[in-house]
Amino acid sequence: MNLLNHIGRYFILLTRVFSKPEKLKIYYKETIKEIDKLGINSIWIVVIISVFMGAVITIQTAYNTENPIYPKYLIGLTARDTLLLEFSSTIVALILAGKIGSNIASEIGTMRVTEQIDALEIMGVNSASYLILPKIIATVFFSPFLCILSMFIGIFGGWIAGVATGVMTSQDYIYGIQYAFIPYYIVYALIKSAVFSFLITSISAYHGYNSYGGSLEVGQSSTKAVVHSSISILLFNLVLTQLLLS
Amino acid sequence: MIEVKNISKQFDNKQVLNNISILFEKGKTNLIIGQSGSGKTVLLKSIVGLHEIDSGKIFYDDIVFNELNFKDKKDMRKQIGMLFQGGALFDSSTVEENVMFPLDMFTEMSFEEKRERANECLKRVNIINANQLYPAEISGGMKKRVAIARAIALNPKYLFCDEPNSGLDPKTALVIDSLIKEITIEYNMTTIVNTHDMNSVMEIGDKVIFIADGTIWWEGTKDDIFDSDNSELNNFIFASKLSQKIKDLKNHH
Ligand SMILES: Nc1ncnc2c1ncn2[C@@H]1O[C@H](COP(=O)(O)OP(=O)(O)OP(=O)(O)O)[C@@H](O)[C@H]1O
Ligand SMILES: [Mg+2]
Repeated sequence: MNLLNHIGRYFILLTRVFSKPEKLKIYYKETIKEIDKLGINSIWIVVIISVFMGAVITIQTAYNTENPIYPKYLIGLTARDTLLLEFSSTIVALILAGKIGSNIASEIGTMRVTEQIDALEIMGVNSASYLILPKIIATVFFSPFLCILSMFIGIFGGWIAGVATGVMTSQDYIYGIQYAFIPYYIVYALIKSAVFSFLITSISAYHGYNSYGGSLEVGQSSTKAVVHSSISILLFNLVLTQLLLS
Repeated sequence: MIEVKNISKQFDNKQVLNNISILFEKGKTNLIIGQSGSGKTVLLKSIVGLHEIDSGKIFYDDIVFNELNFKDKKDMRKQIGMLFQGGALFDSSTVEENVMFPLDMFTEMSFEEKRERANECLKRVNIINANQLYPAEISGGMKKRVAIARAIALNPKYLFCDEPNSGLDPKTALVIDSLIKEITIEYNMTTIVNTHDMNSVMEIGDKVIFIADGTIWWEGTKDDIFDSDNSELNNFIFASKLSQKIKDLKNHH
């Protein structure tokens, strides 16, 4: 019952978010700001986790396939497909849910409890649309870049780790990452990351927008934002995988 | 002129406003007083439509505000300025950007014109040389004044202030009170102020409405207060020893 109530109110909020903007120019300016704040600012964390995860995946695959009948290039192939299929979209999204989700929920939540949202409404501004739409557009359009970046950096990290530890040669790895390459995996990953960032942004914004009380409640909203976006990412990962890969 | 007729509002079965009717006059500062939790903020937010009322009518001059559709209500709000309990300035914008915000949203003015208008309003509330500061960098009293500047940027016909001087020292509070009164007369606005500060009542109370438990217990002008024999009002207004003494002195002369 509680869940249904939340889902209902979430969709009501979304209809307000997607109603006609007051002034396009201001929305455009806000969107640019959000791309900087939520997108550009996430590049470093994506780079760091991708390089390490690429490295770990490669080394683990190498140690688990020490049987001589496995050709070495399969290490590169496994690293590539793991990154493309799951890591660069889903795991990156889960990490961004922590970073971006809590950021959005606490920002909007603070605006709610300090009456800044009321102030917008009083001026006749559609606060839901003004505050949330630029964030959704910014993250949905920027996430594919982060996803692609993560793929490249992850594969690069795998190469460095593999060569440095000597589990395979550079040639094996490079042959492996080109072997039996399915371009559709990239499309699949990009669709997933766009959907996931929509979920993160809208769910976190919903929790922020519905904070009442004081700083304590803002903290709670921010926790709920991270937990609920993560759960919905996992759920949608399952659904999208079934829809897109079967 | 704003008039509310028989408005009621409840939250989760708790009756916060109970059949309230008041006439707020134009060009005057109308004060709503009452204890913490008596429903002042809810009343103010109901009048401006931030809370949906359960029953009753709200008139802005001859328009029935609470029956307007969403879009007309939004248009109507351009004539409303509101000062919130904590100021509610936008944290991520400078003082100047805060005052320019309603102009950005609702006018086709050029940047220079908007800046000029913003500075006019800031000067009106005696804020100078603070244009590029952020809300976190200015004092509480300044925040309230910037919020007033933002509220009057679009020349509103109606001004609402929720506890404009809570958290301020008596002298700064007086400055804010006089400012609100002056602006009300200057722009011939209908102004409604929530307060529990008795100095404000004595300074600017053209019309005073005392509410308790969501109902009106007393209404009159600041001068009527001394003569009132309403015991709830007396208990509330003359709660301190000092104010009790002043009352006794005044009534003996
Ligand atoms: N959104 C809400 N949901 C549920 N109850 C509310 C809500 N807003 C206010 N109330 C209740 O309504 C009552 C009146 O609150 P209100 O904020 O109007 O008091 P107030 O007179 O403004 O007090 P103060 O002087 O402390 O600001 C309180 O009991 C409060 O708990
Ligand atoms: Mg209040």
